[in-house]
Amino acid sequence: MRPETGILLALCVPLVGALLIGLAGRVGPNLRETMTLATATTLIAVVWNLLPEIFAGERPGVTVTEVLPGISIAFQLEPLGMMFACLASGLWLINSIYSIGYMRGNREQHQTRFYVMFSVSLAATMGIALAANLFTLFLFYEMLTLATYPLVAHKGDQATVRSARVYLGVLIVASIGLLLPAVIWTYVLAGTGDFTPGGILAGKIDGPLVGLLLALFVFGAAKAAVMPMHLWLPAAMVAPTPVSALLHAVAVVKAGVFVITKIIVYVFGIDFLFAVPSSGWLTYAAAFTIIAASVVALRQQNLKRLLAYSTIGQLSYIVLASATLKPLAEVGATVHMVAHAFGKITLFFAAGAIYTASKKTELAQLRGIGQRMPWTMAAFTIGALSMIGVPPTGGFVSKWYILAGAFQANNYLVLATIIASTALNAAYFLPIIYMAWFGRDRTPAGQEHGEAPFAAVLALTVTAFLTLAFFAFNQPLVELESQLVSPVPTVMQGN
Amino acid sequence: MSSIDAHLPVLQVVVPLLVAPLVTILRPSGLAWAATTATSFMALMIAVGLTAGALEGDIQRYEVGAWAAPYGIELAVDSFGALLLLILTGASTFALLAGKASLDQQIESGRQPLFFSAWLLVLAGLAGILVSADAFNIFVFMEISSLASYVLIAGGPDRRALPAVFKYLMMGTIGATFYLIGIGLIYMMTGTLNLADIQVRLVDVAGLRPVVVAIGFITVGLGLKAAVFPLHVWLPNAYNFAPHAATVLLAACAAKVSLYVLLTFDFVVLQPVLPEHDPHFGAFLMPLAVLGILAASAVALFEPNLKRLLAFSSVAQIGYILLGASMVSLPGVTASLMHMFNHALAKGALFLAVMCLATRLPSLELDDLAGAAKRMPWTMAAFVVGGLSLIGIPGTAGFTSKWYLISASLEVGGAGGWLLIGVIVTGSLMAVVYIWRVVEAAWFRVPLAEPTEVREAPALMLSVTWLAAAANVYFGLSPWLQTTLASNGARMLLGEAP
Repeated sequence: MRPETGILLALCVPLVGALLIGLAGRVGPNLRETMTLATATTLIAVVWNLLPEIFAGERPGVTVTEVLPGISIAFQLEPLGMMFACLASGLWLINSIYSIGYMRGNREQHQTRFYVMFSVSLAATMGIALAANLFTLFLFYEMLTLATYPLVAHKGDQATVRSARVYLGVLIVASIGLLLPAVIWTYVLAGTGDFTPGGILAGKIDGPLVGLLLALFVFGAAKAAVMPMHLWLPAAMVAPTPVSALLHAVAVVKAGVFVITKIIVYVFGIDFLFAVPSSGWLTYAAAFTIIAASVVALRQQNLKRLLAYSTIGQLSYIVLASATLKPLAEVGATVHMVAHAFGKITLFFAAGAIYTASKKTELAQLRGIGQRMPWTMAAFTIGALSMIGVPPTGGFVSKWYILAGAFQANNYLVLATIIASTALNAAYFLPIIYMAWFGRDRTPAGQEHGEAPFAAVLALTVTAFLTLAFFAFNQPLVELESQLVSPVPTVMQGN
Repeated sequence: MSSIDAHLPVLQVVVPLLVAPLVTILRPSGLAWAATTATSFMALMIAVGLTAGALEGDIQRYEVGAWAAPYGIELAVDSFGALLLLILTGASTFALLAGKASLDQQIESGRQPLFFSAWLLVLAGLAGILVSADAFNIFVFMEISSLASYVLIAGGPDRRALPAVFKYLMMGTIGATFYLIGIGLIYMMTGTLNLADIQVRLVDVAGLRPVVVAIGFITVGLGLKAAVFPLHVWLPNAYNFAPHAATVLLAACAAKVSLYVLLTFDFVVLQPVLPEHDPHFGAFLMPLAVLGILAASAVALFEPNLKRLLAFSSVAQIGYILLGASMVSLPGVTASLMHMFNHALAKGALFLAVMCLATRLPSLELDDLAGAAKRMPWTMAAFVVGGLSLIGIPGTAGFTSKWYLISASLEVGGAGGWLLIGVIVTGSLMAVVYIWRVVEAAWFRVPLAEPTEVREAPALMLSVTWLAAAANVYFGLSPWLQTTLASNGARMLLGEAP
C-alpha cells in the first residue's frame, strides 16, 4: 500500500466505520459493537502500517484540495503526528472493549449515537494528527469539538446540558476568538501555514508580537487546558466514563497540547522562539497551571473531578516541556503525551469500573474497595504511580527527559515546578491508594459488589500493563521523536 | 459567442417579466406553481450562462433596441452582477421547488396564481437592477421589485404581516425617493443617467454642492433599502410574517441587491471622481457596520422567535458585508462580495429548514421547538449545517468569508485592525450562542405537550433543504466560484485590471 493511500484511509476508515456502526445499530447491539471493534482494528492496521515509512525518515504527504489560493487541505506524516495517530488509534480499540462493558453494564441510552460519534471523533483526531498545515489542523480541531459535544451531552438531562454548554462554549470561544485569528495572522505573515522543520516565522515577526501570537495559539488551543482555559475539562466529566477516558485523557486534550507542541516546533521553530524573550511567559503560565491544578486536585471529593484536575496539571507538563525549547525537552513532551495517556486512561477506566460495579463516585466511598475489586485497584495504583512519576512506570521516563531538557536550558523554574508537582501528586494520590487497600470496607449490607464486567476489567488491565511496559520499552518512540529536533540528542541513548 | 448568449442580459429580465402576467390566468394553482418554478429555473440557467461569461473576465454589455449608450438603455453584467444573479435566481428556484407544500398550507389556492405572479415580478425587478447600467432604470426596477415584494410579504395568512408590510412600504418608499432625488440632482449636474457616462461627466462638477448632496441622498436611500443598521427596523417583521417560502427568497437576496447598487454607485461612479471619497465612505459606513454586527447579534441572543432571530442575524450579516466594503481595499471588498454569496447560502439553508419546521410545528417560538429534533432529525441536521456555516466553522462556506474578512482586517493593521478582528470574532461567537439556543431547544428541551404530528417535512422540501445545506459544505471546501467572482468583482469595483 502506498503511504498516501494509507493517510487517506486513516481518515476514511473511522468515517465509513461511523456509517456502518449507525446502520448496524438498527440491526442489533452485537453487530454494532462488532462493527466498532472491526473499525478500530482496521484503523490500527492502517495507521501502524505507516510506521516503517516514518522510521526510514520518509515524510510522505498528500494534498486533497486547495481551498483558497495557498491554503489547502493537506496531510503529511511526521514523527509527532505519527505518535499521536498511533496512540489514539491503539487506545481506541482498548477503549471500545471497555465501552462495551461500561455502556451495557450501566444500561445507557442512545448507544448507537455514542458509538457513531466516537468513530467520528476518531476521524477528527486522525485529521489533527496528520494535518500538514495550520488550516487543515484548525479544520479538524473544530470538527473534534463538535463531534464530541453529543458525547459530553450524552445523558441529556438539565445539568448535563448545562455542563456541555460550558464545554462547547469555552472550546469554541477560544478557537474562534483566539486560535483562528492566530492561524490567519500566521498565513498573512509567512504567506504559508505549512508545518516546516525549523519553523516558518523566523524573521517575519519580532519583539513582543511573538509573545502575543504565541499567546493566541496557546490559549486558543483551549483543549490543552492551560489556565484559565481549563474550565471545560471538569465540566466535561458529565460524559460517560469511556468518553472521559479516551477523549478527555487522550484524544481531545492531547489534541490541544499536540497543537501547541506542533506549532512551537514547526511554526515558530524552537531556536527562533528561544531567542525571543517575549516567549518566556509560557513557562510561567504552564508552571502556574501545574501547581494550581494540583492544589485544586488536593481538595476534590469526587474521583472523576480529581482525575480531571490531575489531567489539567499533567497537560501543562507537556506545555512546560515544549516551552523549555530545548531538544531533549521536546522529546520529553512527546514521550509524556504517551506516558500520560497510558496512565490516565487506566485511572479513568478504573473510575468507570468502580462506578459500573458499585455506583460509587466519591473518594470517601472508596475505603477498602481494594478487596472487592483487586484488579481494578491494582491498575489504579499503577496509573497513579505513573502520574507521580515513580519507576517502574511510564511517567518516570517522560519526567526524566523533561528534567534533562530543563538542565539543557538551565531553566530552574522548570525543575522546581516538577519537583513541587511530584510532591503534590503524591499527596493526593497516595492517600486514595492507601485508603483503598488498607481502609475498612463500609459498604452497606445489600450493596455488596465484586469486579466490573469482564470487558472493562480486561481493558484496564491491558492499559495498566502498557503503563508498566512503557518504562522498559520506550526506545523506538524516543528514537522516532528525536527526529523532531536537531541536533539529534544522543546523551540519553542509554536510558 | 453564439447568438443567444449575446441576449442573455436582457433575457434575464424579460423571461420572468413576460411570464408574470400569464401566470395569473393559470388554473389550478399547481399549474401556476409549475410555470413559476420552471421560469425561475430558466432564469437560473440564464444566470449560469452569464456567470460562465463573467468567469472569463469580460463584462457582458447589451444595448436594448440596438440604441447605442449613452442614448439608448444599456445593460451590463460583470462578475459582481453575475454573483448576485446566481444568488437571486438560485434562491428563487430553491424556495419555489421546496415551498409547494408550505405555500399550499399558507395561501389559499385561488390566490396562489396572483402570488406567483408577484413572485416573478420580484424576480424580474431584482434581476433588472442587477443587469442595468443606467441609474434611472435601476430606480424603475427597484420600484417593480419593491411593490411586488410588498405583495409577497402580505400574501401569507398572518394578519400581523399587514402592519409589517406597511412599515416596509413606508421606509422602502422613502429610500427609493431619496435615491430618486439623488439621481435627479446628478442628472441636473451631468445631463446623463448612464452610469459610465455619469462617471466621465462628473469630473467637471465633482466638488459642487449638489453632487455632494446627491451622494448623501443616494447613500442613505440605498442604506434604507439594504437595511443598514440603524435603518433596518422594517426588516425583522417583514421577514418574520412573510410566507416562509418568500422569506427564503427575500433573506437570501433582497437587501443584497440594494447593497449592490450602493457599492456600484460608490466605487464605480464616485470613487474615481471624488478625491475624498474613500475616507468619507469608510468613516461613514464602518461604524454603522460595526454597530450593526454587535447590536443586531445581541438582539438575536434574546429573541424568542426563530424567524425573527434569524432576521436579526441577517441585519448583523449585512454589517459584515458593509464592514468588508468600508475597508476600501482589495481584500476587504473581496471579503464583502464573498460574504454576500456565503451568507445567502447559509441563510437560504436555514430559512429552508425553518420552512420544513413550520409545516409541522404549531409555531416557530423556541418553546414550541422543544424536542423537534426527535421528530424531524433530518431537518434539524440541515439546520445545524446552515448554522455552522453562519457561524463560520471551517469546512463550510461561511468560514471562507470570515477568513477573508480577518485577513483584510490584518492588512488594515494597527489597533484599528485588531479592533475589527475583535468585532468579527465577537459577532461569530454571538452567532454560536444564538444558533446553539435553537439546537438545545430542539434536542434537549422536553416538549410541554405530546406532539400531534410525528413526522418529517415533505420529501421534496427536505431534499431541497439538504441540497442547500450540502452546497454550504461544497462551497466551503471548494470555494472557487465565489472566490473568482468576488475577487474579479472587487478588482472591477476598485478600478484595477482583473
